[in-house]
Amino acid sequence: MLYIPGNNPAMIQQAGVYGCDAVLLDLEDAVALNQKDAARILVRNMLKTVNFYDTEVCVRVNNFHTPFGLTDLEEIVPLQPDNIRFPKTETVADVKEFMKEVRRIEKEHGIKNPSMTIHVMIETAKGVANVYDIATADPRIDAITIGGQDLTADMGIIKTPDGVGIDYARKRIVMAGKANDLDVLDTIFADVNDDEGLREETEYIKKIGFAGKALINPRQVDVVHEVFNPTENEVRKAYRVYSEYIKNKKAGIGVFAIDGKMVDAPVVQRAITVLEFAKIDLKEIEKNAG
Amino acid sequence: MTPKFKAQAGTFESSDIMILIEPLEKDSGRKVDISSTVMLQFEADIKATINKVLDTLQVKDLHLIAKDKGALTQTIEARVETAVKRSLGIQEGTM
Repeated sequence: MLYIPGNNPAMIQQAGVYGCDAVLLDLEDAVALNQKDAARILVRNMLKTVNFYDTEVCVRVNNFHTPFGLTDLEEIVPLQPDNIRFPKTETVADVKEFMKEVRRIEKEHGIKNPSMTIHVMIETAKGVANVYDIATADPRIDAITIGGQDLTADMGIIKTPDGVGIDYARKRIVMAGKANDLDVLDTIFADVNDDEGLREETEYIKKIGFAGKALINPRQVDVVHEVFNPTENEVRKAYRVYSEYIKNKKAGIGVFAIDGKMVDAPVVQRAITVLEFAKIDLKEIEKNAG
Repeated sequence: MTPKFKAQAGTFESSDIMILIEPLEKDSGRKVDISSTVMLQFEADIKATINKVLDTLQVKDLHLIAKDKGALTQTIEARVETAVKRSLGIQEGTM
């Protein structure tokens, strides 16, 4: 997910061609206090007119407890971007208050079946402590994300390249997301000149369960995709596992072996995840295996 | 409505437009001055867009100066709206 400052028309109008899976149009930290009004109006106009192609569009509004949060919602919610991101979520009460306003605005604009989902952003120690409850606070939440810069500031520590200070928070947030079938997205990597550092961090967060990473420059897109995209060998192996699973399932066999290695439900689930990442149609495999 | 303050919105960056608004005496009407990197091709379109926003917001008695660097229509509309609202004192901003 590529962060784009909400007051930068050049970047917003090109957002759909950067090749990232999602863009975040930012009204919060990337916008100076005296430009909040300008960014809000610009993002509103861009959402109405710009073709983002198949890139998912998220808007990060200002926190509800700032003078800008409610006005942001009034302008953005009626346009129903794919998601709205609620920054500095700390408690269930925060989510309830936020969603009450979202639903009020949707009702006032006659939006009966809202498609927009909510991303909660955990950026404080209190938010980390409450993340399991926050994850279940509203059925429209479909992703949790960690804000590393604000979290380290809140904890009074320095964000180091090894990420040790936020490691517990990362893992706790991943578990809260996984326990509730939510996507979990990692924080930004601030040094846009350090591709190797970005690659190492992305490999680590993939290993511990994150589904994606926040980016601050289009040139970071390829590195993150290279890490998250399965290799050709992984896809071939997953295809074979799923194909054999379908054949065995039809024969009433739940556990079987491929090349002498046991294949059970968790192995099949991992294969499905790889195939989904590779955008391979499972139904097609099922048809061929039949 | 009539602007109360000098106000500006936008930047001199590529794909943006800088809008400056100055209040004029009552019944002075509207004066719009445009400079643009794409003046020959789009001056009329830029002017029409600016006037459309000013008409919608029903503002008069102002001098608007636009310095365009190839902004799209929706960007021009956003910057004019922002500058007008700042000049009316509806929202805070620079100048």
